[in-house]
Amino acid sequence: MKVIRNILDGMKPHVQKGGKFHKFHAMYDAAETLFFVPNKVTYKGAHIRDAVDLKRNMFMVVIALVPALLFGMWNTGYQYHLSIGQSASLFDNFLHGFLAVLPIIIVSYVVGLGIEIIFAQMRGHEVNEGYFVTGVLIPLIIPVDTPLWMVALAVIFAVIIGKEVFGGTGMNIFNPALVARAFLFFAYPSQMSGDKIWIDGLTQGQGIVDGFSGATPLAKLAAGEPGSVLSAYDMFMGWIPGSIGETSTLAILIGALFLLFTGVASWRVMLSVFVGGAAMGLLMNAFAVNTYMEIPFYYHFLMGGFAFGAVFMATDPVTASQTATGKIIYGFLIGVMAVLIRVLNPAYPEGMMLAILLLNTFAPLIDYYVIGANVSKRLKRVKA
Amino acid sequence: MSEMFSKKNLKLLTNPLGDDNPITVQVLGVCSALAVTVKLEPAIVMGLSVTIVTAFANVIISALRNTIPSRIRIIVQLVVIAALVILVDQILKAYAYDVSKQLSVFVGLIITNCILMGRLEAFALGNKPWPSFLDGIGNGAGYGMILIIIAALREITGSGTLTLPGLGELRIIPLSFYDMGYANNGLMILPPMALITVGLIIWFQRSRSKHLQESN
Repeated sequence: MKVIRNILDGMKPHVQKGGKFHKFHAMYDAAETLFFVPNKVTYKGAHIRDAVDLKRNMFMVVIALVPALLFGMWNTGYQYHLSIGQSASLFDNFLHGFLAVLPIIIVSYVVGLGIEIIFAQMRGHEVNEGYFVTGVLIPLIIPVDTPLWMVALAVIFAVIIGKEVFGGTGMNIFNPALVARAFLFFAYPSQMSGDKIWIDGLTQGQGIVDGFSGATPLAKLAAGEPGSVLSAYDMFMGWIPGSIGETSTLAILIGALFLLFTGVASWRVMLSVFVGGAAMGLLMNAFAVNTYMEIPFYYHFLMGGFAFGAVFMATDPVTASQTATGKIIYGFLIGVMAVLIRVLNPAYPEGMMLAILLLNTFAPLIDYYVIGANVSKRLKRVKA
Repeated sequence: MSEMFSKKNLKLLTNPLGDDNPITVQVLGVCSALAVTVKLEPAIVMGLSVTIVTAFANVIISALRNTIPSRIRIIVQLVVIAALVILVDQILKAYAYDVSKQLSVFVGLIITNCILMGRLEAFALGNKPWPSFLDGIGNGAGYGMILIIIAALREITGSGTLTLPGLGELRIIPLSFYDMGYANNGLMILPPMALITVGLIIWFQRSRSKHLQESN
């Protein structure tokens, strides 16, 4: 730590006002606050400052994402070797996946942070920490075969239209990572659905062995393929095709426990998303007319991005409802909408993204009515 | 002649192209700007149609302005606009049938285009026919200009082509790009992206002309 402090102190005179490299002060601030707690003192207003600031908070989420990320890398290699009919060791699988996923992560961070720094410089504030999480979320929710230039374009769109136009981190209405995915989904539909894109190399015409299918469980169910329901155990462990980080419910669960233990994510949102999904799943069972509607409700948690969305996307503190009651309503409706879109709309095999974006829009409205209800309840108490 | 094109009158023509643009500053006529800008050709035709209708509706209303009772002025304005729109629609159907089919109801909906009523109410009712004519041409051109910018952006990124009247579809992005992995952006063809494009143009314009920014 001492070494880093010395390097930073050595650079400081050059980036301060009047220094040669004052233009780059935003980058310097970003690096300094990344390693050290800022020593700024408040002179008026609130005086409470916690060492666990936004930057540290965000890093907890990044740590929570590590299991899903590592598993996603392994699974990418595993699915690849499965598709070409070879079996490979754990390390080979991981290495292949690592090399396939790493460029996407690098592109996401370089492009996203680049834009953040430009905006920070132009608007004269420090580089926002929000992108640390978004930068790793975006690679985890897209198919591994997405071309890098599309990733870059989606990141540009998400950071500028999804976040900066609203005023930057903390002001955005929509979750930027989901904006990036929605952009890709609507702009390049052929790259975001089908049975080829989920496996590394398939779209470039790699050979497939007989009997291998790269379709996700959701796509199979939506197509109504006979015998299409995978075993719950496979889906829970996550060795199935899907977006990079979403397949393993187990890895996501580890991340969820970490988030709940550190108190970073709201348990209300997380729990109520699952309750909402279960309620809708049971309702579907009651009126089942096809295989998709008949599947047990907990299958919805294991397939696609439901668990990932519930744990890492719906709990985004910026775009979720702020009140305690509001969080429950918000989460519940996300679960309901996700299952509803999945099962009843054949055009969208996955409903989690659209459900969360939809409820992001309604989050302030939910808060408005929750607060209103509280005010009128307390007013009644005064009158009585 | 010099009086007809005095500085004040020329301003009527040029202001709507810049700091008084009907779409980006007055925020009128946005709905049709989203609907007809998937391809360039319909956008150009739509811009021309609106320019003609606005100009002549302005002249007619301005000439009648002292005889219209103010209570029924909206109805009189609508009759004038509707007559002009029907004329334009018939001409398009006769001489540019394909474009008229692409524009479908949107030519008819020029009647409800907010720019027309806006200009009649705000300008033609209080000014002489000649300045009213220039104002109509200017606002129509300002509208058409934004339409053409949006349509060009959307068609190049969404379809990789540009459709010009008389020339047909021109390929802008070479087919060899597609072989290398380039793909058309499907979102650009959907209306939401047109709205975002309008927003980006407004952002660009306001960051250049600071006096347009509201102070808050």
